[in-house]
Amino acid sequence: MKINWFKYSSPQTFYPLAGKMIPWFAWLATILAIAGLYISFVIAPTDFQQGEAYRIIFVHVPAAWMSMVIYIVMAAWAGLGLALNARLSAMMAQALAPTGAIFTLLALVTGSLWGKPMWGAWWVWDARLTSELILLFLYLGFIALQSSIDDPRRADRAGALLALVGVVNVPIIYFSVKWWNTLHQGSSINMGAAPKMAATMLLGMLLMALAFWMYTVAVGLMRVRCIMLERERSADWVKALSLGAK
Amino acid sequence: MNEAWIIVLKRDLLLAFRRRSDVATTLFFFLIVSSLFPLGIGPEAAVLSSIAPGVLWVAALLAGMISLTRLFAADFADGSLEQMLIAPQPLALLVLAKILAHWIVCGLPVVLLAPLIGLQYALPNESLLVLVWSLLLGTPALSLIGAIGAALTLGVRGSGLLVALLVLPLYIPVLIFGAGAVAASQHGMSAQAHLSLLAACSILALVLAPLATAAALRISVE
Repeated sequence: MKINWFKYSSPQTFYPLAGKMIPWFAWLATILAIAGLYISFVIAPTDFQQGEAYRIIFVHVPAAWMSMVIYIVMAAWAGLGLALNARLSAMMAQALAPTGAIFTLLALVTGSLWGKPMWGAWWVWDARLTSELILLFLYLGFIALQSSIDDPRRADRAGALLALVGVVNVPIIYFSVKWWNTLHQGSSINMGAAPKMAATMLLGMLLMALAFWMYTVAVGLMRVRCIMLERERSADWVKALSLGAK
Repeated sequence: MNEAWIIVLKRDLLLAFRRRSDVATTLFFFLIVSSLFPLGIGPEAAVLSSIAPGVLWVAALLAGMISLTRLFAADFADGSLEQMLIAPQPLALLVLAKILAHWIVCGLPVVLLAPLIGLQYALPNESLLVLVWSLLLGTPALSLIGAIGAALTLGVRGSGLLVALLVLPLYIPVLIFGAGAVAASQHGMSAQAHLSLLAACSILALVLAPLATAAALRISVE
């Protein structure tokens, strides 16, 4: 049997498939989030050093993970779109960017909320904080570039190139910030300090990370459906869809 | 192939020479920005010399950036950019000539002017030398990376501000190593490691940026 790999690469066939997939991912995200939050806030033990305030890491760490994963996935979609000239890949990249930016912002905000009781400061120029901030700038640059170009094809390809340039630069930026950080301040703050995490804490964190992942897929699919309708508004299948809805 | 490269370089330099005020604007911008800091912070020599590496490098970064929009705009407007796109010579090579011209016109003057401003910031002599070296090794990377941003935003509304948003995050490593080299020399340490890393950034940019810029130009002009 021959599998048609490109069956779902056109918006017309992908639109209904995405519609069917959204509820699954949304429900998975909800269930995982409820389980994760329950473990994080009720079952997980109080940290003997940090007290209750540490519980924000159940949101913070998964958000930081997702912010990096989404950038890589976004760049992969963008690169695929550029290489194969596939419209849908570029739309996926465009759909993921706002979610990635939101997770980056969430990681920064929760990080500073955690930093105030722990370090006594809302913000320190720690290597991870700084590179997370720069990641936010990269997301904003991508979104700004795409939204300021009117021609969608050009916007896709320009955004894709920028995302690829960003991916090449991310490790360079990360290491330069790390070296800059070690040069400028002593090891008064050690963010890698999670020596032995209780198994329940790790479980809570993993559940939350999975919940965020499913949320990202659900929201990404919703957004890509909107983008498909907007871009293909003059196509026959969209017209048939809007007539059918009436 | 070499011929076309040199012709583009000569042409861009000649054009810049005919419009000397454009070059002067970049230099004055660098001069003014770096003169504003002592006015805002105060004239204590100790404070000034401790912020000098960062301030001078940020000023050089911004000066290089404001001139980026001019890199392709005029050629795009009069159609000569399209001729370069369909020329038999590889576009990346022609783009490299344009970037080199941009560096000679906007980067090199800043490198030469920087020690003069460093004196105003009470930098010691050996740090001034390191400042010149760091700028000499680092500013080519700024022009090269900036060219990608300039090509992506070609003919886009609000391109000047957009270039800043795209390019400045990518400039961060160069800023860190450049300012780090000068700061290391101030603290009596060797600036060797920083200078090597700066050179590495520039060489990496030299290999990749012209290709990316050429791809971006094809996207923008098409």
